[in-house]
Amino acid sequence: MPSLTLVEAVNQALTWEMAHDDSVVVFGEDVGVNGGVFRATLGLQERFGAERVFDTPLAEAMIAGLAVGMASQGLKPVPEIQFMGFIYPALDQIISHASRLRNRTRGRLTCPMVLRAPFGTGIRAPEHHSESTEALFAHMPGVRVVIPSSPVRAYGLLLSAIRDPDPVVFLEPKRVYRAFRQEVPDNGEGLPLDHAFVTREGTDVTLISWGASALETWNAAAELAEEGVDCEVIDMATVSPLDKDTLLESVSRTGRAMIVHEAAVSGGVGAEIAAILASEGLYSLEAPVARVAGYDAVPPLARMEYGYIPSVQRIKDAVHESVGS
Amino acid sequence: MSVVAQFEITYTQFLDEHGKAQKELPEFAADADQMARLYRFMMLTRVFDRRCINLQRTGQVGTIASSRGQEAAQIGVAAAMQPEDVLAPSYREHGAVIWRGVRMSQLLAVWGGDERGHNWDGPRRDFPYCVPIATQCLHAAGAALAIKMRGQPNCAVALCGDGATSEGAFYEALNAAGAMRLPVVFMVTNNRYAISMPVEGQTAAATLAQKAIAAGIPGEQVDGNDVIAVRHVLDKALRKARSGGGPALIEALSYRLEDHTTADDATRYRAASEVEEAGRREPLGRTRRLMEERFGWSDEREQALIKELEAEVEAEVEVYLNTPRPQLEDIFEHQFGNMPATLAAQREIARRYPVAEHG
Repeated sequence: MPSLTLVEAVNQALTWEMAHDDSVVVFGEDVGVNGGVFRATLGLQERFGAERVFDTPLAEAMIAGLAVGMASQGLKPVPEIQFMGFIYPALDQIISHASRLRNRTRGRLTCPMVLRAPFGTGIRAPEHHSESTEALFAHMPGVRVVIPSSPVRAYGLLLSAIRDPDPVVFLEPKRVYRAFRQEVPDNGEGLPLDHAFVTREGTDVTLISWGASALETWNAAAELAEEGVDCEVIDMATVSPLDKDTLLESVSRTGRAMIVHEAAVSGGVGAEIAAILASEGLYSLEAPVARVAGYDAVPPLARMEYGYIPSVQRIKDAVHESVGS
Repeated sequence: MSVVAQFEITYTQFLDEHGKAQKELPEFAADADQMARLYRFMMLTRVFDRRCINLQRTGQVGTIASSRGQEAAQIGVAAAMQPEDVLAPSYREHGAVIWRGVRMSQLLAVWGGDERGHNWDGPRRDFPYCVPIATQCLHAAGAALAIKMRGQPNCAVALCGDGATSEGAFYEALNAAGAMRLPVVFMVTNNRYAISMPVEGQTAAATLAQKAIAAGIPGEQVDGNDVIAVRHVLDKALRKARSGGGPALIEALSYRLEDHTTADDATRYRAASEVEEAGRREPLGRTRRLMEERFGWSDEREQALIKELEAEVEAEVEVYLNTPRPQLEDIFEHQFGNMPATLAAQREIARRYPVAEHG
């Protein structure tokens, strides 16, 4: 069984699905000959040919718009946007077209595409290479937003995203790309979308996160266990639409909830989760729902990015405050 | 059937790849001081670039984009600008912004992950380095509109690469400049690669200069490795723009001799023989040969210049390395002119957590 990093698991999922479904097409900037700037598409062009894996001119709106057109005609495009900080020209195509095509044609045309993009901080990259703006897409009806936080979930969620009949924005935390390895069986089995994963069971407080923040959340939970606080940890995985059942069930047992995300706190996905807990889980709550997130400021350049990322200490302090320990 | 439109694209070159003048040189090229200054800044850009890569390899700056091979285009356009003109540069234009008065220690700060670098000395009206490709072309058009509305005798200049010419923002900027007859000049440095994509994959057009034609503005090509040609062509275009003659697109033909950035490995997608071949046309050697022929440039002067520039760069590296690290508070202080209460509250939280330099 291969032991893979997250980025290798992405590659393995793309390879599996291209080998089993001729309609899957991969394209974007530098994804072909170069294998992607993070090597997520390494070897795909050699194996599947330049018709199905190709480099495009440098234009994000074009990449997303081509994908809408291709998807409407029966292909399954899996385009890559090189960094989330450059995704904004593509927003028009996702918001105005990909997310609406099924609804506005009452199902006559659909848009089964997966727009992949690395996102988040933590690799000492230049400006515009560290954004976490998943909430922009999560706000849009008709598009799923899926974020793996481990190699196993990257593989399974990407397979399911490609097989899904609707558009998926698939955001890959580049801080986790090579952070650790997991055994990832190459069996073509997808993991469910719209489903949150409980990655640690606990009784005192529910910690909810996704993407790279899952790392600090797990580490905080491990340290808190030694300090006598038993955390349940949920990896949200699909941040739109949200798996309410898993959230509410967990909080019904723990009575406390804290959301951790790297994106700016205001208007973030954490706000939607907090609203669900407040409106549908209020009687379970023994403490206010807490959020530990990025500040409402431009993500700083490399020298200060670790002051922006919610740290283990910030998470632990917020948990202690919540449980009164 | 009748022909309703035709176009032609001119190409300007004075020095061939051996530094031999192909025709009579423009007036400024007869001036030893002016030529020495152009050569000095091209060499400074080269020396600085080499030191930047060294600093990246030793972990003292972050990912950095090299300008090696593009010095003539960068210095040529900057030399044609007046201090009051406005520059909107892409992230690779080290030579142009250094010529305009930005300190090398400030550029190092930018690439070293410290926003204070962009609060730079010298051209205070210039835009900071622009990373989202081609978006700065619209800013130059907007700055030009402001210059026009205020009746100022200046112009704006946008610098971008060949990859940028595929973006919508590039066409929108050209079109707006033409439709509104703006005092703006767009210079595309065609270094033949957008990371791994050769320019032939970027477009089916024979030249990038002809992209001006559809916007109704003049477009022309220049040998971007011939500093005299770049300076000459940009002199004309900028003078015309400043005097109400309208915008222009200049395509400067060059070659990216290094990787896209220090995070790239160009050996994956282009042959060493191609880079070697392009290296024979690089700008410094041919300028030097002209300097030798016309102005008595010598090995001694060359070595003395390099030594002097290395010391100049080293002094700036020292300034950069000895600058106290930025404070996290800065990200709050500079987010708005009037800080919202919510942000002030977040600043209080941030104050409780010291920033780790690495994760």
